[in-house]
Amino acid sequence: MHPNEHALHNPEFLWRNPDPKPSYDVVIVGGGLHGLSTAYHLARNHGIKRVAVVERGWLGNGNAVRNTTIIRSNYLRDESAALYEHCLKLWEVWTEELDYEILFSQRGVLTLNHNLHEVREGHRGMYSNQLNGVDSEWLDAQAVKEFCPIVNTSADLRYPVAGGTLQRRGGIARHDAVVFALARAADRLGVDLIQGCEVTGFDIQRGRVTGLVTTKGRIGAGKVGLVGAGRTPLLARMAGIEVPLQSAPLQALVSDIVEPMLPCVVSNALHVYVSQAHKGELVMGAGRDPYTSYAQRGSFHILEDQMAAALQVFPIFGRVHLLRTWAGIVDVTPDASPIVGITPVEELYLNCGWGTGGFKATPGSGWVFAHTIAHGAPHALNAAFSLDRFETGALIDEHGASVAVH
Amino acid sequence: MLLIRCPWCGEREETEFRYGGQAHIATPRSDVDDASWARFLFHRDNPAGPFAERWVHIHGCRRWFHIVRDTLTHDITRSYLPSESPEDAG
Repeated sequence: MHPNEHALHNPEFLWRNPDPKPSYDVVIVGGGLHGLSTAYHLARNHGIKRVAVVERGWLGNGNAVRNTTIIRSNYLRDESAALYEHCLKLWEVWTEELDYEILFSQRGVLTLNHNLHEVREGHRGMYSNQLNGVDSEWLDAQAVKEFCPIVNTSADLRYPVAGGTLQRRGGIARHDAVVFALARAADRLGVDLIQGCEVTGFDIQRGRVTGLVTTKGRIGAGKVGLVGAGRTPLLARMAGIEVPLQSAPLQALVSDIVEPMLPCVVSNALHVYVSQAHKGELVMGAGRDPYTSYAQRGSFHILEDQMAAALQVFPIFGRVHLLRTWAGIVDVTPDASPIVGITPVEELYLNCGWGTGGFKATPGSGWVFAHTIAHGAPHALNAAFSLDRFETGALIDEHGASVAVH
Repeated sequence: MLLIRCPWCGEREETEFRYGGQAHIATPRSDVDDASWARFLFHRDNPAGPFAERWVHIHGCRRWFHIVRDTLTHDITRSYLPSESPEDAG
């Protein structure tokens, strides 16, 4: 046991709870992981001291703690691979940098393929990854069985396992610990984390944002970053900006605590992705509900379909009990890639549309967004993820990036 | 699971239907500027509240129709024909 393990998991102090100051150099709207990461990097990388994060609820409330904690960078497109690989490299140093045990575990992400078409797509993705310097390798059915023995590789399955791609550097982290680690690190650098503070409007003068109207009064701001996930369209509309996002519920669930049986993260085209948390619960994610919704709940039949698929691939789950299910609201763009960049309003910046897979991007998202805010122009890594790509047509189609329906 | 009223078949389970997104989107002329075309292709209202949307009874009569559904509560207040506007539907 690490001599400070108790202290690492339960530090005596995390962050102050300040009242808002009259004004800041930068105000980040949204205290989720991407908002916290942005504030942290504004202070750390760009030396901006007067930074606030305003959060309508509380830290560690929304999707920050509703996701399935999967981390990988094996995206198809060059732009995505570069951005997510930057994220993964930051994950690899974050435990040390943030001085907090976030339980980042590179146990490997295995993506199963079940027919010839999927095998071809799997290879296409793998070759693309390798060309982009992202680790990816092919496992045939026997190698899948060796790597993850509880996968049913029998030929009798309705959708037999044909093989799969493996990113060994992928894995999981403890999401609530990442919230604590980032919030503490940002607070230490002087960032004001203001909870229970909802934005109700923006002060915009001659096309430039100068402040925010909030439930805790007016806050002046030199620059504003919107990082509101599913609520971003509502926020953007207050500033007169239309963002092509749809908000929808994405469900996840955990089982009761069981003996270690799943050594990696497994996902497949049958719409189930699963890992085993350090404590022992099986954490599973489902597809998203198809319709627009702000209710943090999804339909039961989505879970039912997913459990049926899970039992096919993992018969050993048959006697596991489902403990808890929940939904988060994901913000989905037309091309299933995020929007990170400038807006038509001067000094108002946008970071949204991470959809069903934002947790893995936490480090790099904040890193490039902080750069964008500090310099008033995007970093090379997020230049392609602009809001105007929907007008120019330069889409970054990542509908195939996730096993879940986007 | 939503219970959705198809105007032709009556109330059925959500799994019989497929979602079609926002209703009452007019197709612009093909010679509009890029911004208008982008708005037509990609921008949809995303309200927290009542939303008029299209559904198709894919495993039933296979016909399209509209409903007004609240995106906060999932309550469906109206179901009406594509030829009707949300205002004059009962």
